[in-house]
Amino acid sequence: MAVGDVMRMEIPSGGDMSVTSPELHVLAVDDSIVDRKVIERLLRISACKVTTVESGARALQYLGLDGDKGASGLKDLKVNLIVTDYSMPGLTGYDLLKKIKESSVFREIPVVIMSSENILPRIEQCLREGAEDFLLKPVKLADVKRIKELIMRNEAEDCKTLSHSNKRKLAEYIDDASSPSPSSSTHDDSSAKDFPSSKQMKSADEKFSSLL
Amino acid sequence: MQRQVALIKQSLFDQGYLDEQFVELEELQDDANPNFVEEVATLYFKDSARLISNIEQALERGSFDFNRLDNYMHQFKGSSTSIGASKVKTECTMFREYCRVGNAEGCLRTFKQLKKEHATLRKKLEQYFQLARQAGPKETARRPK
Repeated sequence: MAVGDVMRMEIPSGGDMSVTSPELHVLAVDDSIVDRKVIERLLRISACKVTTVESGARALQYLGLDGDKGASGLKDLKVNLIVTDYSMPGLTGYDLLKKIKESSVFREIPVVIMSSENILPRIEQCLREGAEDFLLKPVKLADVKRIKELIMRNEAEDCKTLSHSNKRKLAEYIDDASSPSPSSSTHDDSSAKDFPSSKQMKSADEKFSSLL
Repeated sequence: MQRQVALIKQSLFDQGYLDEQFVELEELQDDANPNFVEEVATLYFKDSARLISNIEQALERGSFDFNRLDNYMHQFKGSSTSIGASKVKTECTMFREYCRVGNAEGCLRTFKQLKKEHATLRKKLEQYFQLARQAGPKETARRPK
């Protein structure tokens, strides 16, 4: 599992994340059928997988937070970003934001609010509640690209933090049959088997620093 | 043919029927999705017809539920903004203002104008899309790489 996380963010030396990084799966919530079509197109052009729903209630249902079955946590359901309209009948985007942030399973998912109204107290309220960003409608391609970059950067940061704790695990995995002290480079008596592993660790390290 | 299409489009902008948002939508078209704007427009007119019908019923009842009317108009304004329907959007804004101050007559007057603008835009866009399709993909598919 730890190895999987490290491998997931592996990028070619060219540093072009958009080529090999996995697609973000975005859940877009909007009661307007026109806006759903537009946001879906904007996201697809930005190389994201998109699921659109027409209400906050349906969004919670999709995530498995509606109380019927409990949070499902199925791997193929994994949502990397939620983009939601603010003004919707029933649950507003703000209500949805709150419910997501209250969930231990989903609170880490970034939530972006969209609104046609530039109301400062509303924006502040959403940001305070943990919204990643607030977009004014009509949403433009530049907005979506910016959000995507922000999310990808955050995910890269998370993996980097993960990488330090996983470095040992990775080294152990690579050296599973060899010497018991894989990570230290100060061992002069290191056997030939150690050399490949530390080399591999170094290259993993290089890859992560190029993400900065 | 393509020149005709370009001229029609230019006049729609010059006369204020469409705004920048329409261009933004056109930029989202490509070879795989050459009719995206027309698809959005179709959705818009279907959806706004529903809203117009709802508003009409609400107005016919005689009792002015300004909150409800404002609600419908908020939706109408939203989708009109998303497609770049500039004149329709302006009428929506005016209608909402009349709702806000509880001016029934103003609402009725504005609604009449709104329906007129909406119908005109629909006709002009239908004409535009039809010609654009005949003219071929070069004119409308314009997403910069």
